[in-house]
Amino acid sequence: MNTTLIIGISYVISAGLFIAGLKLLGSAATARKGNILSAAAMLIAVLATLLDQHIIDYRYIAINMAAGSVIGLIIARRVAMTAMPEMVALFNGLGGLASLLVGVAAIEIGINAFIGFTIFLSILIGGVTFTGSLIAWGKLSERIAGRPIMFKGQAIVNSLTIIMMLVSCFVFSASPENTTYLYIVIALALAFGVLAVIPIGGADMPVVISLLNSYSGLAACAAGFAISNNLLIVAGSLVGASGIILTQIMCKAMNRSLSNVLLSGFSAVKNSTL
Amino acid sequence: MEIAVYLAFILMLSIFLGFELINKVPATLHTPLMSGSNAISGITLVGALTSAGAEHSGLATILGTIAVAMATINVIGGYMVTDRMLAMFKKKGSAK
Repeated sequence: MNTTLIIGISYVISAGLFIAGLKLLGSAATARKGNILSAAAMLIAVLATLLDQHIIDYRYIAINMAAGSVIGLIIARRVAMTAMPEMVALFNGLGGLASLLVGVAAIEIGINAFIGFTIFLSILIGGVTFTGSLIAWGKLSERIAGRPIMFKGQAIVNSLTIIMMLVSCFVFSASPENTTYLYIVIALALAFGVLAVIPIGGADMPVVISLLNSYSGLAACAAGFAISNNLLIVAGSLVGASGIILTQIMCKAMNRSLSNVLLSGFSAVKNSTL
Repeated sequence: MEIAVYLAFILMLSIFLGFELINKVPATLHTPLMSGSNAISGITLVGALTSAGAEHSGLATILGTIAVAMATINVIGGYMVTDRMLAMFKKKGSAK
């Protein structure tokens, strides 16, 4: 058997375990087992990927994986139970940043307009997830003010950012190798994550984190398209889709709609001026 | 282009699956479920590994290696934190 086949089969097993794990996580009696199943799926996926013949240099990978594991372990052990949501936000932000970096690195692999577009998506969603999660973490841990942060002309700034993003989508997808466009896209994505989360109050942060968690799945999914990796697409879109459902469930539990949460800052200002 | 169509096919099926997987989650499980699926989104680690190890150019390797570290923190931290939450959950249940 050649290694490509082994990797392929391992990915199929891994995808199945992720699906089973996510299903079990949804009910109290089986949740812990579900988490262990999905961790096993991740282990299989990583080990299989390391067999990839295209991977030539293992030194930096080993160092970085060891460092990442130690840091993750220490943080996870030390964090107080009450600080869990903000911890999830921080981890989530790192995942988003990783997807952004994978997207940028994919520019070297080979480019056409379709891959350019998927790279754009992974940078955009990854960047929004990164800075958005950092702001959510800051608000929950009270490193920045928990109240909605508003400034004059905020709606205009947001609209302009979105328009610039749409324009840069076309320009970047057409020529992803142009580094100036690349920097602009990265800057826009990072700025938009901040802009989207600062007008939301600290009490709504769990819903925001759940939504950003869904985004980080979508970012991984987009990165999967950029490097043609089917496991990234399966796992990423599973998280993306189930994350949106979970966000809706959480909103319903708070008796609010999602748009109500996302635009809460703006309505608060409107109400106060009335 | 054929591979893009095949990947889009996978995408469509997994999105529908993701929508169907989660329903009627008890409120106490919201945070653990969020944390657990956050760890799954660390799957981008696999993508980071392939770009870190391949001999493309200096930049791709450097970005890939940084991504490996970030994604590993996400994966290890995410699963550990979820397990800690769920362990406490279980203890509470058995104590009652």
